[in-house]
Order: sequence, then structure tokens, then C-alpha cells
Amino acid sequence: MEKKNIHFNKFYKLFNLISFFLLFISLILLIFKGLNYGVDFKGGTIIELRINDSKTSISKLRQSFLNMNLGDVSVKQFGKENDYLVKFEKKDSNNANFISEIKQDLAIYIGSEFDFRRVESVGPKVSSELLRSGMIAIGLSLTAMLFYIWIRFEWQFSLGAILALIHDVVITLGFFSFFNLEINLSIVAAVLTIVGYSMNDTVVIFDRVRENLKKFSDINIYDLTNISINETLSRTIITSFTTLLALLSIYLFGGEILKGFSLAMILGVIFGTYSSIYIANPILVLLKVSQKTILKKDKD
Amino acid sequence: MLYFSKIRIVLISLFTLTFFYLAISNFIKLDDKLFDKKINLGLDLQGGSYLLLEVDNKPVVAQRLQNSISILRKYFKDKNIRFKNLKIENDEYITFQIKNDNILKIKELFINKNSDINPYYPQYKSHQFDLKITNNQFNLRFSEYGLIKIKNSSLDQALEIVRRRIDEIGTNEPNILKRGNNRILVELPGLDDPMRIKNLLGKTANLTFRFVIQNAEETFGSEKLLFEDDSEEALVSKRIILSGDNLLDAQPRMDNQTNQTVVTFNLDRVGSKRFAKATKTGIGKRLAIILDGKIVSAPVIQSSIVGGSGQITGNFTFQSATDLALLLRSGALPAPLNIIEERTVGPDLGQDSINSGIIALLIGFFLVIIFMLFKYKIFGLIANITLILNLFLLLGILTLFEATLTLPGIAGIILTVGMAVDANVLIFERIKEESKNEKNKIIAFDSGYTLSKTAVIDANITTLIAAIILFFMGSGPIKGFSVTLGVGIFTTLFSVYFIARLLTSIYVSKNKDKEKLI
Repeated sequence: MEKKNIHFNKFYKLFNLISFFLLFISLILLIFKGLNYGVDFKGGTIIELRINDSKTSISKLRQSFLNMNLGDVSVKQFGKENDYLVKFEKKDSNNANFISEIKQDLAIYIGSEFDFRRVESVGPKVSSELLRSGMIAIGLSLTAMLFYIWIRFEWQFSLGAILALIHDVVITLGFFSFFNLEINLSIVAAVLTIVGYSMNDTVVIFDRVRENLKKFSDINIYDLTNISINETLSRTIITSFTTLLALLSIYLFGGEILKGFSLAMILGVIFGTYSSIYIANPILVLLKVSQKTILKKDKD
Repeated sequence: MLYFSKIRIVLISLFTLTFFYLAISNFIKLDDKLFDKKINLGLDLQGGSYLLLEVDNKPVVAQRLQNSISILRKYFKDKNIRFKNLKIENDEYITFQIKNDNILKIKELFINKNSDINPYYPQYKSHQFDLKITNNQFNLRFSEYGLIKIKNSSLDQALEIVRRRIDEIGTNEPNILKRGNNRILVELPGLDDPMRIKNLLGKTANLTFRFVIQNAEETFGSEKLLFEDDSEEALVSKRIILSGDNLLDAQPRMDNQTNQTVVTFNLDRVGSKRFAKATKTGIGKRLAIILDGKIVSAPVIQSSIVGGSGQITGNFTFQSATDLALLLRSGALPAPLNIIEERTVGPDLGQDSINSGIIALLIGFFLVIIFMLFKYKIFGLIANITLILNLFLLLGILTLFEATLTLPGIAGIILTVGMAVDANVLIFERIKEESKNEKNKIIAFDSGYTLSKTAVIDANITTLIAAIILFFMGSGPIKGFSVTLGVGIFTTLFSVYFIARLLTSIYVSKNKDKEKLI
């Protein structure tokens, strides 16, 4: 890849507007529509089941579960043709036979040609704790990144990086809200990894900005960020590409359980790459970072 | 940056070979006892059951208040303290009133550090009870640390009983751990239907033998209890003849005469004596056998039983008799346990997950390798060799620490494959830049490595921070993800700065006169 000179900085304003718009939409979605929490965070029970004869239709299966009086029941296909994921609110923690009673009831409706391949049941207390610790984890990681970049760079860089991170996390969650995709523990893991990845991408460009700031005293930050983005561009593209290759193969071949996780990561990598260029750098411009900003630190 | 001493080359090779060997030992049955560690598969991969149990401490606290009341009553009588209305309010605190003139003296009895009735815990700097006095009204409520003590001791007991019960069933390598001060985590690998265990853990197994009586009695009190099949009620005395504590052993048996399944039991010495005495005086009466507040059976005593053994009849199947015997042998839980979280994965789903995980890993790996080869040619080859060794290092370290590999953990490995090339890409791109201005290849390569170092380190530390936070906040499968992601960063840095750099330095020093190296 030959060195290119793309005028990224010409589009700072345009993309900032687009980002603001996306952020705004995402926030509106998160506040008014909310997230579709899975049993990890809402409590309830999921059963992944495989039906061994193909006579039972999904509507029959749904009707069978509705007859059991389990509150809100959702039944959907999960991966292969005869695999289904059943989700319902009720979770009877005092009855140890709860699941086997459901098994018996289901056998009456659809015959015994089925297996429960996975059962997850989470009580309300545990789910609210998991939600809390998930949020703490995300908050903690953002704070940790803020301080790390502050220590390694200057506060202006730290602010730019953290705003880029928040941008990625909010838009990814907004996407999940818009398409009503389920948020569970693995999505939190994905969000944290996005935080790490997006930071990683931003840091590489910032490292070059800092180096160039030392080298050139006569170039303003507006052009300097553009030079730095261009110099690191082929790396940015290659790394995002290989990471996306890995994630895509998890998404396509890694099985149903990892689908949500890998989708969140794919979105995160795309937004993370974009925000490193179009959020983190414009903030350096906005904060009027100059050679003085970094030289001050060297004198200390 | 490009120079390697001989000793370093040897060390790097040794290190890499060792972990290569560790990684391989997971897949191939190596015929030596040198090293027999293995990566553990998580419950989501090998199938199994994860249960989180919470101790319901309410009955324990109520019981302890009840005990304290009898102690107080006796204590006041011994000390000639006049009190009235000594009782428990709302199952939460003890309240009583005394004569005005004694208040200070009595208060002293409770707040003294050597108090007999309100023990002081020096390690917590707190008494068992917090005392509140309004006029002549005393309120005693368990202090924060008093409650913690109760919770800890009931958790310890419950843990012991849970362990015994699960051991009795004989599952494979169960994992039973304390969580916080009122929870127990049970992991049962290979178990795809935890129903029986859930049933056994869901029972307190509080066994008592008490007489069935006709009219409510005064001294001990009485209560109406249902039979197990909810068919009828009986009035039983609150006086306990025998309890589960007196049992030495219990076994399911087939009664030859009636062809019924029964549970036979043996009593300890104290129990035998009490049982003999009770059965002697109680011939013709019905003795109710009560389990967790329900009457299992209430046979009429035919003759006195002196041998210290007996049998419990009831509507048992052989399975339920076996389970009851097991519960009685392992003892009663101090408090009921609630299952507040359950995750069970069947073994075939686990195997499916392993298969799809491996397929995704191979495909992801293959795509990245092809791309790197296409993009960087000979240096792509170096990056690829590094990547393969990186994978073996990662697996080797997981083996060394006998880490648990979960499905998200496999995802973490695949992600590491995608992100590991980043460091090499950063370095190669930098070398390309430096090569434009620097004709001496060795110097260009050297400064390429040096100048890209801060970016590589910073970029990896950010991912490491995320992995560490996930490790501490996540649970189960997610923890597995953070482990592979975190370890992957260290192996990546090692493989890039030692293996790839070594290979690069060998190649560059042999081909330094070529026009275009990278």
C-alpha cells in the first residue's frame, strides 16, 4: 500500500455531525425504547431444545409452552432447523422439580422426541446483581482507560480517546436497541473488548500525533492530525481487516451462542476504527493541542 | 534492536519449545509422567451443571432469637431481675421491660465487654446485640457483626452438608465453593440433568420424632402438621424425642414381611436411651416421624425398642428411600437453600460448541494467514510463523496453569489471532517508512522496531486493562474469555519481540544488500 494523502480533516465537520446524529438517535433509543435484556439481566429461564422428529412446528411448540402458564413465552428457532430457544419469565426457585415438570408437560403436548440441550435459570436477585456488575465493569474500564491515557499522554488526548470510546459503546448499544437484539453477559464482555480495541486503535494514531508534534513546530494541529492519520492508515486498515476476518469467522462458524457476541464486536471494531479517526482527532483540534502541550510535560 | 546474543537465541528457543510441548500434550497422549497437566474444559464445553444456592438465614435468625430468649429468662431469674413482656417482635428483635430503678445496672450487664449474655467480639469491636433503651423498654437486635457471625456459621455448616450430600451421590469432580457470606456455588461437570441433586439440596432434612397427641398440651406446646401426601392432619407435641442429630446411619431396605421399602436407622448412645425410654412409656401411642415440617408416617408403638435401631415406613419407592437415607446420613442443613441461578449444558451441545469453536478458529486463522502472506510476502511468512507459535504459547500457558477453557474463551483465542498480527503490522509499516529515508537496511529495520515500540506497548496495555477488569467482574464462561484474551497479549508481545524479531534479524542480515526488502 503506497503512502496516501487523503484529506481526512476536510470531513471532520461532516462526520462529527453524522456522529452527533447517531449518538442522539442511540440515546433516544436507549432512553425510550431501552435494551432487550436476556435472562442474565432480567431474570427468568431459557431452554434450548432440539426436537428429534420434524413433525412439530414452531407454532405448536409455542402453543404448548403457552399452555403451561409460564408468563411471557418467546419461542424462536436457534441455529439448526429443529433447534429452538424458549424463553420465559417465570423462575420457580423454591421448586427443585420446576424444569423436569416442564419436561413432562411438554412430552404430553409434543411427544417425547426432544432433548433439553441447555437450561439457564436466573433469579431476580442474581440478575439485578449481574446487571449492576456489568455496568460497573463498563464504567470501570472507561475510567481506567481515561487514567491510562492521561498518564501516557496529556489530558487533551485522554479526553479525545474517552469521548471516542463512549461514542463507540453508545452507538453499538443503540444498534442493539434498534434491532431489539438481546443483551446478555457475553455482550458486556464484547463491549469491554470494544473498549480495549477502540482504545488500541486511538492510541496508535495518538502516538504518531505526539511524535509529529515534537518533530514539526510549524504545522498546525489540524493538518498534523491528518498527516498522522495518513501515516498510520495502512496499519489501521490491515489490523481492522484481520480482526474483522477473525470475528466474521466466529460469527459465521462459531455457533449460535457466540452470534450476539461476535456481532457486537464487529460493530465495535467498525465504529472503533472510525471514531479513532473522526472523533478522537477532531477533539485534539478542538482543544488546540500544540507542541507546547507535550513539551510542558517533558520539562517537568 | 536487531542483535541477538547466542545465549538469548538458546533461551528463546527453549522457552518456545517448552510451551510448544505443553500445548501439544493436550492433544497427543505423550507417554511420560513428566507433565500431566491439561487445559480444563468449562461446563459450557464439556456439559454440566452450575448451581448457585443462597442460604435463607431468616429461620436461623429466628431460631437464635428463640434460644437467646430462654437464656435471658434463665439469667434474669438467677440474678433476681424482675422483668415483664419478654418476647420476640417481628422475628427481628427481643424486647422486654424492667423496673425503673435497675436500668443503669442492667444496661451495664449488656454493654460490658465481659458480658455473659451479650458476648463481645474483640475482632469486630462489636457486641452480639445492639441495645436500645427507651424508658424501661429494652430492645435487643442482632448487631451487624452478630448477624455476620450467624451467617458465616450457617454458611460453613451448609457448605459441609452440601459437600457430604454431593459426595454421597458420587458425581465426577464436583466443585463446591463459598460465594460471599450466604451463597454456595456448585459446579457439577458432566451432569446433564441436575434434578436429583437439586431435589436433595432443596431439602433441609430436619428430622424429628414426636408423639401424636389428642389434646393440645400446655408444657411443650403442640402444632397441627400435615402428612406428606397432604391427606390428613395430626396434632403433634412440640417435645422432641429424637432428632436427626442422634442418627449414626441410615440405609434403604426392603422389608421382607410387608414387601415395602423402608429406611432403617441406627442411633447413637444418647439417642438409643431416649428412644428406649420413650417407646417403653409410650406403648399404644403414635410416634410421628416428621421431616421438614411434614409427617412421613406415624406408626403405633407396639413394644419398647431398646436396640438403638429402627425403621421408617412411608410410601417410599426405592429411589425415594435411598434419597431419604442419604439425606439423613449427611445431616440436616442449618437453613433452607434456594437455587437462585442455574445453568445446565448437555454434553452434546458442549461437543457441538467445541466443534464449531474449532472450525471458526481454523477458518479465522487460515484467512488471516493467507492475507498476511499476500500482503507482506516473506515478512508475512515470518508473521505467520510467529502467529502459529503464539497460539502454541497461549495454549501452553493455559495448560501450565490448568486454566479453564470456555466457549467465549475460544472466541478470545480467535480474537487474539486477529489482533496479534497488529504488533507485527505496526512494526513492518514503520520499517517501510524508515526504509524510504534510510539506505542501510539494518538501521532502517532497527529504528522501525525502536520507534514503533511505544505504540505497540500502549496499544496492548489498553486491551489488557479491559481483560483484567473482565476477569474480576465476569463469571464463569466470561472469565474464560478474559483469561485467553489477557494471556494472549503476553504471548503476542513475547512472540513479536523475541520470535519474530529473531527471524527478521536472521533474514535481514543475510539479505541486507537486496534493493527492496519489505
